[in-house]
Amino acid sequence: MGIFDIFLLEAVVNGLLLGGVLALLALGLNLIFGVIDVVWICYAELVMIGMYAIYYFASAYGWPLWLAVPAAIAVVAVLGVLLHVLVISPLLGAEPINQLLATGGVLFFLQSFATVAFGIEFRNLGLRLPVIEVGDIFISYARLLAFGCALAGMLAVWLFLSRTYTGTAIRAISQDRQIMALMGVDTRRIYLITSAVGGGLAGLAACLLVLQYDVHPFVGLSFGPIIFMICVMGGLGNMLGGFIAAFIFAELISVGGLFLDLEWGYVFAFVFFIAMMFVRPEGLLARRS
Amino acid sequence: MLQLNAVDAGYGGFRALFGVSLEVRLGEAVGVIGPNGAGKTTLMRVISGLIRPRAGTITWEGTDLASVPAHRIVELGIAHVPENRRLFPRMTVEENLRMGAFIPSARARFAERLDFVYDLFPRMKERRSQLAGTMSGGEQQMCAIGRALMSSPKILLMDEPSAGLAPVIVQQVFELVKRIRESGLTVLIVEQNVQQVLRVVDRAYLLDAGSIRMSGTAAELAANESVREAYLGI
Ligand SMILES: Nc1ncnc2c1ncn2[C@@H]1O[C@H](COP(=O)(O)OP(=O)(O)OP(=O)(O)O)[C@@H](O)[C@H]1O
Ligand SMILES: [Mg+2]
Repeated sequence: MGIFDIFLLEAVVNGLLLGGVLALLALGLNLIFGVIDVVWICYAELVMIGMYAIYYFASAYGWPLWLAVPAAIAVVAVLGVLLHVLVISPLLGAEPINQLLATGGVLFFLQSFATVAFGIEFRNLGLRLPVIEVGDIFISYARLLAFGCALAGMLAVWLFLSRTYTGTAIRAISQDRQIMALMGVDTRRIYLITSAVGGGLAGLAACLLVLQYDVHPFVGLSFGPIIFMICVMGGLGNMLGGFIAAFIFAELISVGGLFLDLEWGYVFAFVFFIAMMFVRPEGLLARRS
Repeated sequence: MLQLNAVDAGYGGFRALFGVSLEVRLGEAVGVIGPNGAGKTTLMRVISGLIRPRAGTITWEGTDLASVPAHRIVELGIAHVPENRRLFPRMTVEENLRMGAFIPSARARFAERLDFVYDLFPRMKERRSQLAGTMSGGEQQMCAIGRALMSSPKILLMDEPSAGLAPVIVQQVFELVKRIRESGLTVLIVEQNVQQVLRVVDRAYLLDAGSIRMSGTAAELAANESVREAYLGI
């Protein structure tokens, strides 16, 4: 293999690994949208709070990871529930634009809150995870771990949605909201559970991202827009579409970044997104209704 | 067993039911007939809690339903097969039936209820993993009835189960209604197919413009001049 082929292969593998975490976040956002019919514009900021949570629990307080990780996930899950109860629920009957503005407001609130509470320094866990050599290519153990955990998280959500009564109700609610009461389903309770799961997924993603990236109050900006593009391209609320789109975008960023640099990878992703909006505005796997 | 007393109901500023009183006794099959827009669907919805009465009382086995949240009403033994079936189209037949068994008491008996429904509708067993939205209208109606039966109800509210079906299938649906009531279930059924429904119910009410205009045994209504003229085309 030539040196370029090796770099290319490495970029493809890294794209795949990045795709796992993006797919996890897209799943959370799609779940919320599919069930509650609102877009949590501040989703990446929930992840940011989760990254601080794991940083404080693991680094500052020195809790062991087996405790710090579930605690951080729980913090963001509770945050998701609070977001629903305090912001979304009162606006459920309002115009979608008001809901967008409200969750957009929460985005700025969380950024400012983090700046005041945690400061603007970049922080990290200070873990030194090894790099693994497979054949000729090098793979970061942190990325591999993040990928595996993201897949496991998605599998768990899938099992929950397909095997349990509550999960079945979560899928049913987006198909016919009005008759859920006839099934004996309390939709408000389903919304709370979905918000907790959506928050929990952001918390899990936070634990995985903090392995690779420093946390600061504006870290959400570096992946928030990408997640929205993924969801829109996959078709908002379409979980399978979001999953596929996540890997397409991750490869674009990773392989595109190989030719120039990472910022250019993002530029490619945006250009691709805009082009796709002309070709398939309904999303990749749009259902004809 | 079910008693409506001077019930008013509506949507926003619009009143659809005016002082409706109606009774269904244990083991009875009762029909509600009436023209389009009479308020028949509204009547079903107000019983199952999808909309709330503005005045009057709805009593079910001694409980005032107005004080029960909509999602708890099915737990009291009231199952509603809604107008236009309202299946979850992108879920399989079996998942739809699973939703019908959502309440805790039904979950515990899921396998037993599933056997019961598959016995009643062998076709549903064949189609168990087909997406509900891809089935024919008659099959969807069976699935909708099956879904309501999954909760082991005491009373089944059926809103125009024969609507939009071919004549042969309509026959089958009414056969089925007969079998369901023979199994001991109480039935309250709304129908536009007056001739057919009067053959399967014991008593019926005529609802028009939100008020009960007439009530009596099926034979009485079938013999009534104005019913014959307006609904039986005789
Ligand atoms: N969601 C709603 N919002 C406003 N008005 C409604 C609503 N649903 C029904 N109505 C009105 O209430 C009245 C009664 O409607 P309903 O659906 O109960 O009639 P119906 O007897 O079931 O008619 P059909 O035989 O056509 O099914 C109608 O005038 C209808 O326009
Ligand atoms: Mg109707």
